[in-house]
Amino acid sequence: MSKTHEGMDVGYVAKLACIDLTEEETTLFQGQLNQVLHYVEQLDELDVSNVESTAHAIPVFNVFRKDVVGTSLNHADVMANAPSSVNGEVRVPKIIDQ
Amino acid sequence: MAELHKLTITELSEKLSAGECTSVDIVTDILSSIDARDGAVGAYLTVDRDDALDQAKMADEARTAGKASPMLGIPVAIKDLLNVKGQPCTCSSKVLEGYTAPYDATVIAKLREAGAVLLGRVNMDEFAMGSSTENAALGKTSNPWNLDHVPGGSSGGSAACVAADEAIASLGSDTGGSIRQPAAFCGSVGMKPTYGRVSRYGLTAFASSLDQIGPITKTVKDSAILLETLCGLDPMDSSSIDVEVPALGEQLTDDTSLEGMKLGLPKEYFVEGMDPEVEKAVRDAVEHCKSLGAEIVDVSLPNAKYAIAVYYIIATAEASANLARFDGIRYGMRLDGKDPAELYAKTRSAGFGQEVKRRIILGTYVLSSGYYDAYYLKAQKVRTLIRSDFTEAFKTCDAILSPVTPTAAYKKGEKTDDPLKMYLDDILTTPVNLAGNCALSVPCGFTSAGMPIGLQIIGDDFQEETILKVGHAYEQTTEWHKERPSL
Repeated sequence: MSKTHEGMDVGYVAKLACIDLTEEETTLFQGQLNQVLHYVEQLDELDVSNVESTAHAIPVFNVFRKDVVGTSLNHADVMANAPSSVNGEVRVPKIIDQ
Repeated sequence: MAELHKLTITELSEKLSAGECTSVDIVTDILSSIDARDGAVGAYLTVDRDDALDQAKMADEARTAGKASPMLGIPVAIKDLLNVKGQPCTCSSKVLEGYTAPYDATVIAKLREAGAVLLGRVNMDEFAMGSSTENAALGKTSNPWNLDHVPGGSSGGSAACVAADEAIASLGSDTGGSIRQPAAFCGSVGMKPTYGRVSRYGLTAFASSLDQIGPITKTVKDSAILLETLCGLDPMDSSSIDVEVPALGEQLTDDTSLEGMKLGLPKEYFVEGMDPEVEKAVRDAVEHCKSLGAEIVDVSLPNAKYAIAVYYIIATAEASANLARFDGIRYGMRLDGKDPAELYAKTRSAGFGQEVKRRIILGTYVLSSGYYDAYYLKAQKVRTLIRSDFTEAFKTCDAILSPVTPTAAYKKGEKTDDPLKMYLDDILTTPVNLAGNCALSVPCGFTSAGMPIGLQIIGDDFQEETILKVGHAYEQTTEWHKERPSL
């Protein structure tokens, strides 16, 4: 883990997360996040090669319900939140050039 | 009829049953209290004045018609990340401005069913990311005990409004300490239930494997009553668990003996850098529990010191996925772009505050190709060790006592420039979220500067009954919970 964080390119990772950072933010976050990554390096002290991972603390498996149609949210209430809509559908910018 | 706002759920419920007051009286009094104090405290983002009075009228009518429930007619404030149908749910973020909740969260539906009155929504750190409510984009909240101090976070509004008598009780959410820490900072009682005890349906997700909704109240008995209302299996949350909900409120009687109870004291929880006044107050509380008949045993939680490192990997990883939904397409803020990618980036860059961006970037990084094993998988493995520590400890004790935080509430602005310093404050609360069990924060003293101190009572999975019993016995034989801030 120790050598990896040196390579964290905040600007690049921000792009992956669909966030544009200003130059100031990039510099600020670079320092702060490197500090955090340096802090989490302490996990290297532990040998966990034989330890199972925990995704959820209280294990629950295979929660099924009967395959029947239930009530859904009111369409008009949901669509009222859309920033832009037409004919009851959300309008988005064109994805494919024509 | 004055001073109703100062009473507890238990006291008001008795008055309502005896016909000594109505819910309209209580809500009217609470609204005056909000008018008088919230300018200084800033707990609320929105108060639903008329709606609350309408709900109170309905509660009074239901009572006349024969309905009885301990929450009937009791006004409750809601952390602004829970969906309340027809109301905003901002998460104190600009990205959700303009959003109107199209449904009720399960806990809200349960409160309505019990006849509680929803007063309005209270401030928080944006998307529950923070420990001081200073990361809020839409409001500024102060600690009622000293307005220059932070109320804690992320449920800062939930704790401040209860401490300032601007609500009888409130709902918060706890991902790494966000109920217990503000409750400790504001001198209130905060409960983080066992993961799966309370449905998360309608809670805006931060870190789904850690988040739990819970009550902030003036007393332990009130915590039990409100928690009982919220609990239970919910088909809408597949991580909610089908366990029996005990009669939590009724079990708390005048009997304050802790005879036969074994309470563990983890040496690792009295950490370096802890305020000596906090340590003394907690050690005094331990002695007090001993005087009530409890046996104090030493326990060890050796991996708890890794909790912050594990937490900031797991929580940010889950957050980076959960917050992908805020993209400007279906609801909330949208800044247009020439294509969807530009729209997403413009919206998210303008809509999220700095701490949220920081955590999304960190979470994206620890999940990214090449780093997943080194960070995320490793953190999940250490999470197993942290949980095993608790499993071992609970073989020799019924509950664990510790401080909630290393220090009492600090001045605003003190830690905003240093995220890591702010993160480290959660060292004593995050282990419980990672392990999934339950914990209660109860007032146990004040610093010489007059700021409240919290005692943390940690229980095993689904042992809320036990920690409430310990908390109630401690509280009923001490006077701390009776202190009120002078506002």
